Amino acid sequence: MTVEVAAMSCRIALVGNPNSGKTALFNALTGSRQKVANYPGVTVERKEGVFDTPSGRRFQVVDLPGTYSLRARSPDEAVTRDVVLGRLQGEARPDVIVCVADATNLRLVLRLALELKQVGRPVVLSLNMFDIAKHRGIAIDLDRLADELGMPVVTSVAVRRNGTSELLEEIDRLAAQGLTSSRDEWQEPGPDEVRAAHREAERILKIAVAPPARPDSWTNRLDAVLLHPVAGTVVLLVILFLMFQAVFSWANPAMDGIKAAFEWLGGWVNATLPDGVLRSLIAEGVIAGVGSVLVFLPQILVLFFFIILLEDFGYMARAAFLMDKIMGGAGLHGRAFIPLLSSFACAIPGIMSTRVIDNRHDRLATILVAPLMTCSARIPVYTLIIGAFVPRNTVAGFIDLQGLVMFGLYATGIVSALLVAFVLRRLIWRSAVEPFIMELPSYKLPDPKNVIMGVWVRAKVFLQRAGTIILSIMILIWFLSTVPGAPEGATDPAINYSFAGMIGHALQPLLAPIGFTWEIAVALIPGLAAREVAVAALGTVYAVAGGEESTGALGATLAGHWSLATALSLLAWYVFAPQCASTLGVVKRETNSWRWPVILFIYMITLAYGASFVTYHIAVALGGG
Amino acid sequence: MPEERSILSRPSSESGSGLVPLGRGARGLRGVVERLDLASAPANGIDSYELERRLLEIGFVEGARVEILHEGFIGRDPIAVKLDDMRVALRRREADAVLIRPTETLR
Repeated sequence: MTVEVAAMSCRIALVGNPNSGKTALFNALTGSRQKVANYPGVTVERKEGVFDTPSGRRFQVVDLPGTYSLRARSPDEAVTRDVVLGRLQGEARPDVIVCVADATNLRLVLRLALELKQVGRPVVLSLNMFDIAKHRGIAIDLDRLADELGMPVVTSVAVRRNGTSELLEEIDRLAAQGLTSSRDEWQEPGPDEVRAAHREAERILKIAVAPPARPDSWTNRLDAVLLHPVAGTVVLLVILFLMFQAVFSWANPAMDGIKAAFEWLGGWVNATLPDGVLRSLIAEGVIAGVGSVLVFLPQILVLFFFIILLEDFGYMARAAFLMDKIMGGAGLHGRAFIPLLSSFACAIPGIMSTRVIDNRHDRLATILVAPLMTCSARIPVYTLIIGAFVPRNTVAGFIDLQGLVMFGLYATGIVSALLVAFVLRRLIWRSAVEPFIMELPSYKLPDPKNVIMGVWVRAKVFLQRAGTIILSIMILIWFLSTVPGAPEGATDPAINYSFAGMIGHALQPLLAPIGFTWEIAVALIPGLAAREVAVAALGTVYAVAGGEESTGALGATLAGHWSLATALSLLAWYVFAPQCASTLGVVKRETNSWRWPVILFIYMITLAYGASFVTYHIAVALGGG
Repeated sequence: MPEERSILSRPSSESGSGLVPLGRGARGLRGVVERLDLASAPANGIDSYELERRLLEIGFVEGARVEILHEGFIGRDPIAVKLDDMRVALRRREADAVLIRPTETLR
């Protein structure tokens, strides 16, 4: 059967092993003409773009997750299979399959290419990173390889200008001769089929490919250090420390700048527009809301710069190797380490970076525990309360009591994250412990263009998808905290008359057992916008002028109003409570469902209530009431 | 047998047949994959049919050359293995299913 697809653009699917440079090839083909979305109902990203060939034909191309076989091991991998086979609803079957291979590592991809042949669509094998293969003196007989495989074979160097021209010509040639397709004969291979296909791949490899004349000795030499039990662990800790520092310190000036700019803009609106709900909506709702989305961008850019750099270099698999035992104890994958560490700065980039974890349950467990890591937004709340209630004593001669409490809060966060992960992976999702079997790719110098493109894609995804959710929640919180306004001649702060005030008062009986005053209950509502907002909100409720800037005055006021037990209870609350709408928004975006943010909210608020309850009553019993 | 001790980090029940589960090897162990033994697959892991296919797909096929290159810090787990011309990391519990015939040892 021959189908002419002259009028409409023809669809191409990129399939290949992990680390084959598939995404680099996708970037080289499409440039900035790509978009990222989600397949319905799963966490897999759908990366699609368009490109034109020299002959003027336009093609649509979809980049599928790296895989060793079309066989699906998880619901997410089923997407790859279903897209290739044209079984996914609303997704047209691709007209051409491009099998992307790392030219220096052909063994496994040849088997995948043989498997793809059964799909019934033309397959082109693109030997990517061909320059490295040539450099190592790997002699590949392209004609022989094409003959034996029964498919056209081209070479490509995704990171070089015109490095994709052979591939474009071949795609053009296939389109010009009219695309042929036959019946889809693919069946899920069992162990014996995998063995047989492997033997066939081995046979072809022997005929067409000569082993490298100059084998890659760098990878062995680097691994001798980077995978060394002691040296490797030290290097990993240094890298993680630098990353953590960078996310904190490089991003901070930019974040301060963004905050200042939006405060200035809000102030300008306040000064220019007449007083009223509209002014408040624009200044405190929209402008503050957009600001609260953009403020995360510097951290996301810095973190993803590091992650993509390390991933492209080939180090990420090594980090997972080194951390697997520790993370595995909590039932998590070795790769969960980076997201959890990043969450100390902010859970938003941390949760976004969980996409380095392939297994769905491993990834969900990591997403669910990431917000328990003490993020930087908790620091203002902790310092306020600790400064007001914990005396500056020294314990055991040299330990600062305030510092000790701070450390205790961090430690509680880490321990509870590991415990929750353990419960999730070992007790709830205990069906099967996912094996840790992972290729350690050869080290490669990252291509700067590709790194920048990757960082840019993540930033765009955050702004477009998570940003809209965060902004709408921010405006909702503004609405609750502002409407209805204070009546004429009111003496209390305006927030007391708003919906937030009403909700706070209504919640107060529920929060009384954990020692919260109604003022705290009211402040928790606007405090959902972000944890540090609670400081300003407490200032508003207690009508302390200056808010965040005068924490000293606010601290003194709080010390006059709260018992020690109440203060400790609020600290315990902030270790666990989901007081961050942006986190919920990004979980919705990353899991592509409202189910997980709802579960996250419920489990965290339950833990928070329990922890505060216990803390409050122990403190009261010890005389802190 | 000092040589045998040096290549095994744990005693093996298979030593009678001359085969060693990869998961019990120490750094420097070299050999050829003889067969996959899924009977010893970890009980709380994925089912053995699935594990067999995953091991095969990454390249643990009969006749493949393996060498243990690196061991993890805690409990010497996981291990990094040279597998033909690739490198693969895996936990010992899964590597136990790969029975190898040792060729020589480097140490």
